[in-house]
Amino acid sequence: MAEHHHHTREGMGPTATNQIKNTRLAKKYCRFKKAGIKHIDYKDARFLEKFINEQGKILPRRITGTSLKYQRRLSVAVKRARHLALLPFVTDRSK
Amino acid sequence: MYETTFLSSTELSEDQYRKLVAKFEKILKDGGAEIINLEHWGNKKLAYPIGKAESAWYTFIEFSAPGDLIKKLEQEYHYDETVIRYLTVNLDKYAVAFNKKRREQGFGNKNNETKGE
Repeated sequence: MAEHHHHTREGMGPTATNQIKNTRLAKKYCRFKKAGIKHIDYKDARFLEKFINEQGKILPRRITGTSLKYQRRLSVAVKRARHLALLPFVTDRSK
Repeated sequence: MYETTFLSSTELSEDQYRKLVAKFEKILKDGGAEIINLEHWGNKKLAYPIGKAESAWYTFIEFSAPGDLIKKLEQEYHYDETVIRYLTVNLDKYAVAFNKKRREQGFGNKNNETKGE
């Protein structure tokens, strides 16, 4: 038998798929904490669009690198923007 | 400190719209509110249709008021048929600071990385 190759992954938690690997290798930081931003404006649709995917869904923290505190505020902002029709609830991208 | 946004039907004429805004201004003032800022965002396209409408007049007001006025304001929004959506938000200290900064930097400021410093 070939030698038993012990494969260790250092510094990374278990990943479900290989696609997630990329987001963990880059230095992950919360952009709000880094920039010292305290308030997330629900009226600014163009800014919030960075945090939703093409279907209109809110992106998870592990993709955007946002801390929990700000993810919650972000979520509230997006939902308010949706209520005011500044952002869609669902976008119909026929795939 | 509060801020409120309401969407009005585009079936309104310019004149009717102005009267509508004046009506809510009056409601606020009569209730003891101090209006800090009033913005007309104009006729914006909606991200999704609301009751067959594809666009609406957006009006935005920042004001300070006694708490019980909010309920009355929202009741008035609800009674009015031409108001199709509304949202009133209580502003925390960060929001107040952000709004102040936004006003000072001029409207249409979509620059985000300087928010809330």
